[in-house]
Amino acid sequence: MTNPNNVSLNISHELAFIDSHALNIPTYRVLNEQGGVSEGATVPEIDQATALKIYDTMRFIRALDERMQAAQRQGRVSFYMQCLGEEAAVTASAAALDDNDMIMAQYREQAALRYRGFTLEQFMNQMFSNEKDLGKGRQMPIHYGSNELNYMTISSPLGTQIPQASGYAYGQKIKHINKQSGELDSEIDNITICYFGEGAASEGDFHAGLNMAAVHKAPVIFFARNNGYAISTPAEEQFAGDGIASRGVGYGIKTIRVDGGDALAVYAATKTAREHATKTGEPVLIESLAYRLGAHSTSDDPSGYRSKDEEASYRENCPVARFRTWLVAQGWLDEQEDEKVKEQVREQILDALKVAEKVAKPPLEDLISDVYNTPIPSLQAQYEQLKSHIKKYPDAYPITAGRIK
Amino acid sequence: MKTMNMLHAINSALDITMAENDHACIFGEDVGYFGGVFRATSGLQEKYGKHRVFNTPLTEQGIAGFANGLAAFGAPAIAEIQFADYIFPAFDQIVNESAKFRYRSGNEFNVGNLTIRTPYGGGIAGGLYHSQSPEAYFAHTPGLKIVVPRDPYQAKGLLRAAIKDDNPVIFFEPKRLYRASVGEVPEEDYSIELGKAEVVQEGKDVTVLAWGAQMEIISAAAEKAKEQGISVELIDLRSILPWDVETVANSVKKTGRLVVSHEAPITNGFGAEIVATIQQECFLHLESPIARVCGLDTPYPLALEKEYIPDALKVFEAIKNAVEF
Repeated sequence: MTNPNNVSLNISHELAFIDSHALNIPTYRVLNEQGGVSEGATVPEIDQATALKIYDTMRFIRALDERMQAAQRQGRVSFYMQCLGEEAAVTASAAALDDNDMIMAQYREQAALRYRGFTLEQFMNQMFSNEKDLGKGRQMPIHYGSNELNYMTISSPLGTQIPQASGYAYGQKIKHINKQSGELDSEIDNITICYFGEGAASEGDFHAGLNMAAVHKAPVIFFARNNGYAISTPAEEQFAGDGIASRGVGYGIKTIRVDGGDALAVYAATKTAREHATKTGEPVLIESLAYRLGAHSTSDDPSGYRSKDEEASYRENCPVARFRTWLVAQGWLDEQEDEKVKEQVREQILDALKVAEKVAKPPLEDLISDVYNTPIPSLQAQYEQLKSHIKKYPDAYPITAGRIK
Repeated sequence: MKTMNMLHAINSALDITMAENDHACIFGEDVGYFGGVFRATSGLQEKYGKHRVFNTPLTEQGIAGFANGLAAFGAPAIAEIQFADYIFPAFDQIVNESAKFRYRSGNEFNVGNLTIRTPYGGGIAGGLYHSQSPEAYFAHTPGLKIVVPRDPYQAKGLLRAAIKDDNPVIFFEPKRLYRASVGEVPEEDYSIELGKAEVVQEGKDVTVLAWGAQMEIISAAAEKAKEQGISVELIDLRSILPWDVETVANSVKKTGRLVVSHEAPITNGFGAEIVATIQQECFLHLESPIARVCGLDTPYPLALEKEYIPDALKVFEAIKNAVEF
C-alpha cells in the first residue's frame, strides 16, 4: 500500500495551520434580490412549462401554509409547519429531478411533494388524520409520504433519513455495477435526494450518512437547507465552521453553496448535481441559504428569540416574488391572471379543508395493522381483548365503538 | 448433510441468500475481504464482489441507517454489528426507524428486507463490552423480530427464515458457540419457522426454558437433575419476539413448574416477560413459584465471570428448589 493514510501526499516545511474559513465558499446566484438576472450570470436552460410548474407549486404552498397556519390557530388541526421563505429552495430542487428519483425529506418540504403531484385532498387527509390518509392517521400533521410519488414518509427524529438516503441510493446503483469490474457500466437511471436542515446536520446520522455515501459512492444529493435557525437556536450556536458546505469537502463530496431564495440557481445546481450523480454514482452536497421566514412550527413563537426588524429585512427578499418578477419579465406569466388563480387556490383549499375534517377517523384495525406485515399472535390477542372492552364501554370510545366488526 | 460449526452454517445461509438475489448486500465492520472478525462472511466478497459484500466505516448508526435505506429500496440488506455490545449507537435507527417504518407510513414503505446479525453473550473472557446480551432492550419495541439460534443447524435455518421474513429481524448469534458448537447441517436451503419454540427434551417434573448459548447450560443442568431422578422438559425459545406462548404454556401446564434462564441481568430481562405471561396462562397449574436464573444486576464482569454467569449448577439448584417446593 503506497498511501496507507489515504491523504494528499504533499510535504511542507512551513509550520502553518489551515484557517477554519480557508475555503471562503462562494454562494452561487443567478437572479438578484429584485428578480433580475445578476450581472455576469448565465440563465440556466429551463423550459416555460417547468418554470411555470415551479411557480404554480410555490403559489400553492404559500396559500396552503397560510390557510393551515390559521386552521391550527382555530384549533382545527393540532400542528403545522410552514415552508415560508424556503419555497424556491425546495420546489426548484425537486423540479430538477426525475419523477422516479426518491425524495427523502425532513419535514418542511411539502413543496417537493406538491411538485410531484400530491393532491390537495391528500394533503388534507393527512393533516386531519382521517381514514383516507395514506399514513392511516398515525402521524402528526405534515408527516406525508407516498410510494406512488417516490416521497419517503416523513419521520420526526431529525436526520435519520440521511444514512437511509445513502443506503437507498446505493440500492438504486447496484444494477448498474458491472459484476466483474465492480465499476458502473451504465448511467444510473434514478437517484435519491435527501433534505435536512443545518440543525439536523449536527446529528451523528449526518456524519454517518455523508461518510458512507462518499466511501461507498452512493448517488445521493444531500440538500442542506441552512435557514438560519433550528427552532430557536441560531446557526452561530449550531456550528463554527463555514456553513454545512465546508464539511462536504471533508467527506470527499463534491459540494456547492447556492442562494436558496433564487429558484433558477437552485434548479441549475440541482440539475448539475443530478448529472454528476447519475454519471459517476457519487454523492453531491448542496447547501442552500434561505431564511426561515416563519416560525419553526405552530408550537413556536420566534418573537422570543429574533427581532421583527431582522424578519422584515428578509421578508423583502421573498423567493416567490423574485421568481415571479423574472417570469413576468420573460413574458411567461400574466400578473392579473396570477392574482385570479391565487384567489381560486385559496378557495379550493378552504373547501378541501371543510371536506377532510368531516371524513371519519381510521377504523380500529388500523391500530394494530402494519406493526408487522401480519399481526403477531400476542398483538392479535390484545386486539380481541380491546374490541371486547370497547363493546362493553362504547360511550367511552365514540370514534370506533360503532364500527367494530 | 455436512459437519459444520456455527460460523460455517451462518456462512452457508448467507451464501444461499447472495446467490438467490443479485441485489442482496452484506456489510459491516471488517466483513469484506477479511470475512469479519469471527470469519462469518469468509469468502463471500471474492464470490459476490466488493460492491455486494463490503466493509463500512466504523459507524454503527451509519450501518443501521444505510441498511434501513437499502432495505426500503427493496434489496435484502444484511448488516453486521461486530459485537452486540456496540449496537447502541444504532439504537435510534433500529428502534425509531426499522421498527416503525411500515407502521408510520401506513405500509407505503417497509424495511422487511432488513436483517441485522450480531454476536452476543459471554463466557469468552470478554468483560463489559464483549459479552452483553441486549435482547430485552429490543424486545420492548413492536415492529422488530428477535431470533437467537442454539446450534449450527438452527443457525442456518433460522437465519434463512429471518432474511426471508418480511419484517426487520435482529439475529443474535451466540459467539461462545461459533466454533464450539458443531453438528450436521444440510448443504441445501431450508428454513425454520420464526416465532416457534422447540421442546428439545421431554420431561414431566419441571420445564426449563432458555435460548441461544444458554441452552447448553440448561441441558447440562438437566443431566445433573436426571441423576437425582428429576425429569426435566427443555425448551429452546428460539424467537424472543414474537415468542411462542402456547408451547411454553402447554409444557408448564403439564409439569407445573418453570425455570427460566438467561445471561442478561435479571431485572427487566426477557425472563420477566415470560414469567408474567406464564403465571397468567398457567396460574392454577403451578406447583411452585416460577424461578429465574440469570445474570446479576451488574455490568458484565471479567475476573469474576464464573461467579456472575447463570451456570449449570445455579440452574440445577433452581430445578431442585422448584421440585422440592
